[in-house]
Amino acid sequence: MGQTLLEIANLQTHFKTDRGVIPAVDGVDLTIRKGEIVGIVGESGCGKSVTSLSIMQLLPKPVGSIAGGSIRFKDEDIAKAGESRMRRIRGEEISMIFQEPMTSLNPLLTIGDQIAETLRIHRKISKKDAKAHAVAMLKKVGIPRAEQIVNEYPHRLSGGMRQRVMIAIALCCEPELLIADEPTTALDVTIQAQILDLMKKLNEETGTAILMITHDLGVVAEMCQRVVVMYAGKVVEEGTVEEVFRNPQHPYTKGLIRSIPRMEDDVRRLYSIKGSVPLPGTIKQGCRFAPRCEFAMDRCAAELPELVQSGEEAGHRSRCWLNG
Amino acid sequence: MLNYTVRRLLMLIPVLLGMTIIVFAIIHAIPGDPADVILGEKASPESKAALRQELKLDEPLYVQYGDYLKKLVTGDLGTSIKTKEPIAKEIWPYLAATLELTLVAMALAVFVGVNAGIISAWKHNSWFDYLCMLIALIGVSMPIFWIGLMEQWIFALKLHWLPSIGRMNPRDPIDAVTNLYVIDAIIAGRWDQMWTAIKHLILPGIALGTIPMAIIARMTRSSMLEVLRSDYIRTARSKGLSQFWVIYRHALRNAFIPVLTIIGLQTGLLLGGAVLTETIFAWPGIGRYIFEAISSRDYPVIQSGILIIAFIFVMINLLIDLLYAAVDPRISYD
Repeated sequence: MGQTLLEIANLQTHFKTDRGVIPAVDGVDLTIRKGEIVGIVGESGCGKSVTSLSIMQLLPKPVGSIAGGSIRFKDEDIAKAGESRMRRIRGEEISMIFQEPMTSLNPLLTIGDQIAETLRIHRKISKKDAKAHAVAMLKKVGIPRAEQIVNEYPHRLSGGMRQRVMIAIALCCEPELLIADEPTTALDVTIQAQILDLMKKLNEETGTAILMITHDLGVVAEMCQRVVVMYAGKVVEEGTVEEVFRNPQHPYTKGLIRSIPRMEDDVRRLYSIKGSVPLPGTIKQGCRFAPRCEFAMDRCAAELPELVQSGEEAGHRSRCWLNG
Repeated sequence: MLNYTVRRLLMLIPVLLGMTIIVFAIIHAIPGDPADVILGEKASPESKAALRQELKLDEPLYVQYGDYLKKLVTGDLGTSIKTKEPIAKEIWPYLAATLELTLVAMALAVFVGVNAGIISAWKHNSWFDYLCMLIALIGVSMPIFWIGLMEQWIFALKLHWLPSIGRMNPRDPIDAVTNLYVIDAIIAGRWDQMWTAIKHLILPGIALGTIPMAIIARMTRSSMLEVLRSDYIRTARSKGLSQFWVIYRHALRNAFIPVLTIIGLQTGLLLGGAVLTETIFAWPGIGRYIFEAISSRDYPVIQSGILIIAFIFVMINLLIDLLYAAVDPRISYD
């Protein structure tokens, strides 16, 4: 077990809207060790992306803000860091790649400029060196004809190539943590596999820890060592990937795993969890999942269970009265 | 790019031909005898006959149009009935006056409008944003003659800071070379005259620039707000760039494309002559030139004036289209 790199404790992220304050992230705990790949899974609207934007302090201002808890990165609580400190962390120590490679690059700047820019602000190197480094990064992420592509504009590249460029930008300053927010969701299946392979390879080579945000359990199984399952702004289960997949404890996790299509099963209709994620803040007490849970008891609607040790392995925890 | 430019210039030929037909038709669309209309009903039959002969009104229409076109191609815009001067020679000082005023008005409108729009979007929903947009709303709603009169009343009559009318001190006329007075004064090395010319430009420049400024500010703001929400701006911020850098390097160029369209249209409109502003400030520009021609029924002047304004408008549109490609690499014309 490596050293702790990032430790989120009781993170509360709130959004001010016309309907009042909405707790999009409501007491999340999460730990990432150096060099580790951790997955956050959950349906849309469960607070995965908001958690990652909170780490980077890139929440849409002034609507979203961190209302409580701490985000310890190495020895510093970056939830309380000021904007100028955060600017030095972003891109240099923690970087991020996003879901939409087609729109995540500036259409009016060359690929080279967009990579070199990050290097120039954090490393204070000359334009020439930055460009040479950009070419090297493009080669590293597997872009052919890197010397030419460096002078091209993003619209000349395919989605998969653009996501490689995004990875090159994110990793050019050798950050210790890479947050990947659904990095393969918008890509074709074959390209998805290539991008995941690339990220895994770079993780092994550089030791950059990855926080992988996805709704795809297949991606988690492929990539991650540990997984955190989120539901309606709360962590409902966490543990090593093998343990959580083999022996899921929370009914929500069980449901997610059952809804993966399997080649060997001869089932006509795929399982799905009934209903949808409640709007954050609409369930005030009890377990957030209770209205959709097939095992729900009276107690579930009244009291919120704690995240407690369950299953066989140490560190496998879930938030359910059935296991408490 | 060169290919495209040549193609677009060739496409101007049918457009300009269409315009000559419309302009030519003006004189023939007048009910009754044009000679009557031009000279008035009380004119002697001899002078009417002479005018008919001069304008070749007795010839068939296609012959008249052919003649008109032939002259136009050689650069002959006709002769003013009132001054008996060739229009091609007479029109330039007026055009230059309008050009000078338009440049000042648009420079002011773009500089203030774009920056106000950026800051409003940056400080979205702040007091600065509200104030800017309120001023912009007042700016687009205020009648231009009222702005002009208020300026004259405050800055010329009350405060005596700036001259109220004209382009130059009439007792110290300028050596007209280009007819752009600021440049002429520089050529002559007369810094005092340059300063006088600039002072004359300020009030009409502001009056003429106010509406474009307000439109540009509002357009820049809404375009910036849209761009600031886009994914690549989030990417730029996630790299650790400062807010200033994000806005001026990443957002502004992207937000500028729709603003460019507005700038082009407004410049075209202003160059078409701002009759109101030019009248209030006694500015001898193309708008006033045509306005006076209309009052004195100087039809050749009206014809050529409209043709030139249309030509300028089309050229500015072409220029803006070419600028798009310079700003946005996704736009390629080849």
